[in-house]
Amino acid sequence: MRVELSSEQTKYVAHVRQFVDQEIVPNADQYDVEQCLPETLVDKLRAGGYLGAVVPKRYDGQELDMITFGLLCREFGRGCSSVRTLLTVQSMVCQVLRRWGNEEQKAHWLPRLGRAEAIGAFALSEPEVGSDAASVQTVAVLRDGQYVINGKKKWISFAQIADVFLVFTQCEGRQSALLVERDTPGLRVRPIRGMLGTRASMLGELTFEECAVPAGNLVGGEDFGLTAIALTALDLGRYSVAWGCVGIGDACLEASLRYSSERKQFGTPIRNHQLVAQLVADMVTNVSAAALLCHRAGQLRDDADPQSIGVTCMAKYFASRMASRVTSDTVQLHGAVGCSDETSIQRYYRDAKIMEIIEGSNQIQQLLISGFAYKDNLSSAMDWAHD
Amino acid sequence: MVDETAQTIRRFIETQLQAEELSDDEDLVDAGYVNSLFAIQLVLFVERQFRISVQDGDLDLANFRSISAITGFVRRKQSSDSSAGQSDDSSGP
Repeated sequence: MRVELSSEQTKYVAHVRQFVDQEIVPNADQYDVEQCLPETLVDKLRAGGYLGAVVPKRYDGQELDMITFGLLCREFGRGCSSVRTLLTVQSMVCQVLRRWGNEEQKAHWLPRLGRAEAIGAFALSEPEVGSDAASVQTVAVLRDGQYVINGKKKWISFAQIADVFLVFTQCEGRQSALLVERDTPGLRVRPIRGMLGTRASMLGELTFEECAVPAGNLVGGEDFGLTAIALTALDLGRYSVAWGCVGIGDACLEASLRYSSERKQFGTPIRNHQLVAQLVADMVTNVSAAALLCHRAGQLRDDADPQSIGVTCMAKYFASRMASRVTSDTVQLHGAVGCSDETSIQRYYRDAKIMEIIEGSNQIQQLLISGFAYKDNLSSAMDWAHD
Repeated sequence: MVDETAQTIRRFIETQLQAEELSDDEDLVDAGYVNSLFAIQLVLFVERQFRISVQDGDLDLANFRSISAITGFVRRKQSSDSSAGQSDDSSGP
């Protein structure tokens, strides 16, 4: 296993870092307060091509390799977890269509999503269904060449601005994924506000009442709606969130190094106090370890290795726990300053908690990881000699 | 004569499912072996191992129900992919 970036990857990351520092970091606290991303930012993301990161070039996307995509998520996560969430959900929908869409669906949607002329959203969770995704209660019935959908979806990121939803339904007892355009009669979107973290993710609740879409909007086979479609999306989502957590860690580390060097107590910068040094040591160690796990997951994903799924779960689990711990320590190190809205630190702290819940809670990740461990195929994936 | 394709598939499945001496026609779905994670791992495995491209139209449980079914599916795909060429749109996990 080699951990190094190509010159193209290094150049791309430097470019993204500059964009994040100029366009996202100065405004992210305001996004959090206003609980939305402004259209001007979405325009800039569109112009930069970032939202088409995983779309093939022939559909006007960037077709980034998985390491570069991860580094993009890391930088966006450093600036604003809500912006990173937009990149994540857009990429999840794109990845599903790229992987399992038919030729018509690819030709219609991938260029629009790749150029971000359309925003996609992933609609799996329901008021009564979270981790137990196989039990979705939204129903689709095939009638006269159309799927007629009834039910509710909840906590859907960027539902407020999405142009197309990938909706998971029960269709005659089988889980199926359907593309539903925003202006389809029978679909209503209610904004959800007041979340703890990633408050600018523009969540919404979807209500489907006799909402009819063409039969051609079915993605993949009916048998594999949940298996192939949802897992393809969630797998990429976990990878993206994991790198986003590393970005949160980067932001905390940067703030903590600066503050502990400037802030004086007992006549000396607080970095000279051993218990503060301990916080910083743990912080930098854990951020680095999470980045290495994410990097390994990226390598395996680029190799289309079956072990990439388990290592991605580990990366997401470890990185999200790391983010919670590091943000908590960063608040601690900053004291009252960390608790106030004078800085971004309280936002990092609130955002980090969300990372332990989305794209499969940490408890679900633990179940999955332990399952892989019993098959002894996770530790071997981390072997230096594996390659 | 040993069927290398079937043997390779068998080794992967028995390792992943921690099962031994599965019959070629044992129904992996009815036996409760196939969950969503395993199904995706299986897709990645056959694509990588046999250099085939699993497409949306292939997402049929009948193709993945048993070692025999998977072996037959791989052979059909190898045959059709070699004559039609592979699409790069579906690559990656």
